[in-house]
Amino acid sequence: MSATDTMASAALADLDGDKLRPMYERMVQIRVFEELAGKNFAAGLVPGFVHLYAGEEAIAVGVCSHLTDKDFITSTHRGHGHCIAKGVDIPGMVAELMGKSTGVCKGKGGSMHIADVDKGMLGANGIVGGGFPLACGAALTAKTLKTGGVAVCFFGDGASNQGTFHEGLNLAAIWKLPVVFVCENNGYAEATPVHYHCSATDIANRAGGYEIPGIVVDGLDLFAVYEAAGEAIARARRGEGPTLLEAKTYRFYGHFEGDQVTYRTSEELARYRDRDPIQAVRTFMVARGVAAAEELDAIDAGVAHLLDESWEAAKAAAFPATEETLTDVYVRY
Amino acid sequence: MVATAEAPAATRQMTYQQAINEAMQIAMREDPTVVLMGEDVAGGAAVDHLANEDAWGGPMGVTKGLVQEFGRDRILDTPITEAGFIGAAVGAAATGLRPIAELMFVDFFGCCMDQIFDQGAKLRYMFGGKARCPLVIRTMIGAGVSAAAQHSGCHYSVFTHMPGIKAVVPSTPADAKGLLLSAIRDDDLVMFFENKVLYASKGEVPEGNEGIPLGVADIKREGSDVTVVAISRMVQQALTAAAALAREGIEVEVVDPRTLSPLDEGTILESVAKTHRLVVVDEDNPRCSAAADIAAMVADKGFDTLDAPIKLVTAPHTPVPFSPPLEQFYVPSPEKIAETVRGMF
Repeated sequence: MSATDTMASAALADLDGDKLRPMYERMVQIRVFEELAGKNFAAGLVPGFVHLYAGEEAIAVGVCSHLTDKDFITSTHRGHGHCIAKGVDIPGMVAELMGKSTGVCKGKGGSMHIADVDKGMLGANGIVGGGFPLACGAALTAKTLKTGGVAVCFFGDGASNQGTFHEGLNLAAIWKLPVVFVCENNGYAEATPVHYHCSATDIANRAGGYEIPGIVVDGLDLFAVYEAAGEAIARARRGEGPTLLEAKTYRFYGHFEGDQVTYRTSEELARYRDRDPIQAVRTFMVARGVAAAEELDAIDAGVAHLLDESWEAAKAAAFPATEETLTDVYVRY
Repeated sequence: MVATAEAPAATRQMTYQQAINEAMQIAMREDPTVVLMGEDVAGGAAVDHLANEDAWGGPMGVTKGLVQEFGRDRILDTPITEAGFIGAAVGAAATGLRPIAELMFVDFFGCCMDQIFDQGAKLRYMFGGKARCPLVIRTMIGAGVSAAAQHSGCHYSVFTHMPGIKAVVPSTPADAKGLLLSAIRDDDLVMFFENKVLYASKGEVPEGNEGIPLGVADIKREGSDVTVVAISRMVQQALTAAAALAREGIEVEVVDPRTLSPLDEGTILESVAKTHRLVVVDEDNPRCSAAADIAAMVADKGFDTLDAPIKLVTAPHTPVPFSPPLEQFYVPSPEKIAETVRGMF
């Protein structure tokens, strides 16, 4: 069965061209952002650690398309895709990777801590499993202040073994918090396969321990993610409590840039590259007449242009003044 | 008749724990975004006959009565899940609430430290100043009730060490009320250390809703011969020692820093410049501690004013023992403080 057929089986009544085009564009933005981040990291332009999200775009975009700025997300060390999907400024993100003063965090966070609270983005996170309690807190705010908002906690398969996963799911379940826990199971926690590190066949099975819905979807299929996330988020907004959504996916690159990835075979990577989630959406849109190939080419070109300009601007931007080291620790001290 | 700004508020006797309760009540009345969360801060959640009544009001009754007034949507009993609810308090603070989270005993910080120092304390900095974490974590400290090694530590030194956290150590009921009000109204993460041995202590407490600013020390006793900087319950121990020493002709100035982060260096240095001698009394363990930090600060910035080496009176470098005579040995006593002061002349 082709990817096109698989996706066509999803219920897509509300996904017309006007909705799909920006989703496609976001996915392409993430892919190009990551490819350039990897290239420029190798070229020595990006200090520190970089973890690329390429291959997982359908999850961030499929989930965040249901969210607005009043909804919050928590993210992971592999957080660029979540940022872009949540609407964080792309030129500001590129500058942040370089540690420049024009970065969205003024160069103080870097890749692992990119955030924009005004956009409802509570930060990439350098601590595996750090986000579960934070997402519960954002959901508690929404519930207490009756904002109508929800929180989404993105996390990887590795984080499902942290205590915070279990504490967060339990707390969200007993308080019926409007939160959705989205597991991006890419098969590996760093260099360790999920079938070794996790006692459950499906991480979604762990929802049973908290008597909340646990759903497994194909994380390479934008429409499957979009549909399942839509239901989970609507349930949360209705006040019916949390859902654990597991999206099976794959990262096209290593755990971090510089990882030699000796723990995966090239055959395995090729198999997933063949199921490229962006290519699948593109094929679907053209086949269904949702968009012409030329239209999508124009989107691709626009994204390439945006990213090229972002890198040029970031390269030209100043580093923060050294005095900036001392600011933003406290509101007042 | 209009009261002037200088007129002191009327006071009445209350205990340290009543003063803490009153501060929370005032803060929750004035700001609907203030919520209290912790293990059995009300107690009896989801028990039919305790709809808006508490079973405990905290393990020591410090939060008793609050659920009656504010209901269970704002007085949140949590499971025993410190990383979960302390982290949720951080997330709530970053998104619009002003939570008070109760970490029952500070010794439990090991269960939730990532959420405190890697998340709450750092998020403003990591996010380039675009976020706030207006969160107070109230927590019990102190030896003296044979609660043994996992329920008796002080550990405020650990938090004083960490940027992004403020550390408050009230020693009297009045300070507890005023400092807690300021802590709740503060836009940063504040650790508020309540000494369990002080809960029943009484003192005059002002009426009204005036806060005491963080970062301002208080001279609890004036004296000309030696400065004793004492932290939390050690203020009472130092005052007892000072009374004994006064009978011997030694006038002790007792300085209560009230907050360890920020630290009122000026008041300490001025006092030492007057007395030329410094003793720091601290119930926390001595290595890399608040006491060592204050001593180092005075050695750095006030060395020329000293007539004698700085002395520390602290707990030993051990966990807190259980057996009463051992625990008594562990906590700095008025006798140890007086003996140390005598040795400086």
